Amino acid sequence: MLEHLPALQVVLPLIAAPLIVLVRSRSFAWLATTAVSYACLLIAVLLMSRVGASGPISYAIGSWPAPWGIEYRVDALSGFVLVAVSLTASFVAPYAQRSIAAELAPDRQYLMYSMYCLSLAGLLGIAITGDAFNLFVFLEISSLSSYVLIALGPRRRALVAAYQYMLMGTVGATFYVIGVGLLYLMTGTLNLVDMAERLRSVEEVRPVLAALAFITVGIGLKLALFPLHQWLPNAYAYAPSMATAFLAATATKVSVYVLLRFYFSVFDPAPLFERLPTREVFIALSIAAMVTASLVAVFERDVKRMFAYSSVAQIGYITLGIGVDNQASLTGSIVHLLNHGVTKGAIFLLLGAIALRSGAVSMTVASLAGLGRRMPLTAFGLVIAGLSLIGVPGTAGFITKWYLIVGAIDRGLWWLVAVILISSLIAVAYVWRVVEAAYLRPAPDGAACGEAPPGMLAAGLAMALLCVYFGFDTSFSAGGASDAAAMLLRGLR
Amino acid sequence: MSDIAAHFSYWITIFLMIAGMYILIARGNLLKKLIGLAILQTSVYLLYIAPAKLIGGTAPIVAPGFVTYSNPLPHVLILTAIVVGVATLALGLAIVVRIREAYGSIEEDEILAQDRADDAAR
Repeated sequence: MLEHLPALQVVLPLIAAPLIVLVRSRSFAWLATTAVSYACLLIAVLLMSRVGASGPISYAIGSWPAPWGIEYRVDALSGFVLVAVSLTASFVAPYAQRSIAAELAPDRQYLMYSMYCLSLAGLLGIAITGDAFNLFVFLEISSLSSYVLIALGPRRRALVAAYQYMLMGTVGATFYVIGVGLLYLMTGTLNLVDMAERLRSVEEVRPVLAALAFITVGIGLKLALFPLHQWLPNAYAYAPSMATAFLAATATKVSVYVLLRFYFSVFDPAPLFERLPTREVFIALSIAAMVTASLVAVFERDVKRMFAYSSVAQIGYITLGIGVDNQASLTGSIVHLLNHGVTKGAIFLLLGAIALRSGAVSMTVASLAGLGRRMPLTAFGLVIAGLSLIGVPGTAGFITKWYLIVGAIDRGLWWLVAVILISSLIAVAYVWRVVEAAYLRPAPDGAACGEAPPGMLAAGLAMALLCVYFGFDTSFSAGGASDAAAMLLRGLR
Repeated sequence: MSDIAAHFSYWITIFLMIAGMYILIARGNLLKKLIGLAILQTSVYLLYIAPAKLIGGTAPIVAPGFVTYSNPLPHVLILTAIVVGVATLALGLAIVVRIREAYGSIEEDEILAQDRADDAAR
């Protein structure tokens, strides 16, 4: 049983999805989703602990040995991503029951659960597979289901947002397959480890460079790398609350994992970073994301859109770490996959709770007036997660920024420290807008009072508490990320 | 010149790729955009399949009298990619149907104009 854990990690949610459609019962759908989410977290933690104890796990699907068969491979990095994704899932699933019941027509609710399970299966599959083409299939499973999740949003704009996301996401995935196709032509293998070895002896560089370009742009679209982020704000803003929380915390992060995997484990990172302007491009795009997207967030009226733009800025921090490219900065990037997931997850879960109470389909910053008195616990959780977004010491966001700053100084890029601080100050500005509305403005007459149902509130607050927990106890978060970064850097240089 | 002719499959691939991207970007009709997307995806099928076929090669079944075999793996991969493409197209069409129900139009500029009118009204 234990040796089949890597397969179960993906198969469980994959089986749950059609099962939910067959049974069509709302309570069964919720129970199955929650059970699967917890089981995935358990499996991910077990796998991670086994990787820590005895090194990478390789699992041959259908007993066809790698490199011919599809290999599932769990190492320090993929194990970390598996835990981060399933951790978010285990908070979103219990939350989903009330949230979905409030936002969707009863006959459509089971579809939402089913799509959520599919999306989870795809995301976990991307992280666990060691096969470039299998990765594409999982990428499309997770993407197609997330288009549906977004299209199920309460406003008609959700449809247009899902359509635009679908176009850009499919172009991204197609570019990724083109890149993989070129690599396959050059190496004759699809297994990532095997491909990395064979690429070392490839003499013709041009197709490999073309593959690099296609994969970078394709995955860049998926992870909303500035300026390929145009799909993200609308998709997050108009999706159902639970879908926003889940996708914001996981989908783009898993795409970052793919980028890391290709940049450091498949392509030879030495020429990639030394001979090509990779560093400069990534640092420039990251800074553009961190500053411009944060500025847009400051002036955005809609709360969900505001935090969606903030996500673009936060992805800037993650790619900044890739651009700086050393142990500390990569640790910062990888730990931010988890830290930002927890932070944004908490924010969108709590915003969903507010939306449930206010009953409005769109939420402006002004409509949060008096929230500190109307929903004190929710407002408090929102403030904690907001502090983590800014990167105040004692929160998860601070850990990320600390590592990024250390990494930048190690590289001699002192000015980057100033840029990170400026971007954090802009974050203070947009988080303050929420705090100001919630605590300093009086509640409008007749505004709904009282907290959201306990299940939703507990999930949101627990994630907000995780922001604080990962700010103090970094043995798993920064420790695991540091191991993963060391593995990426040690691998080939 | 012979080089260009010998690699004609790549030229077709590139043409389809660019044609698909162009339709995707330049057309405002949501259906036409999907057609562009489908053409873009089709170009990838060709990118994989064409190099896998050896002229005179057979299916890779060991039998006396046959020495050159075509690579079966890209064919199988593309079978999967076609399924993904069909699923994407089906989902895309479904969303377009829903957009038409909600907005009464499948022209991008008209839909955006309605959204802007909504914003102005609030």
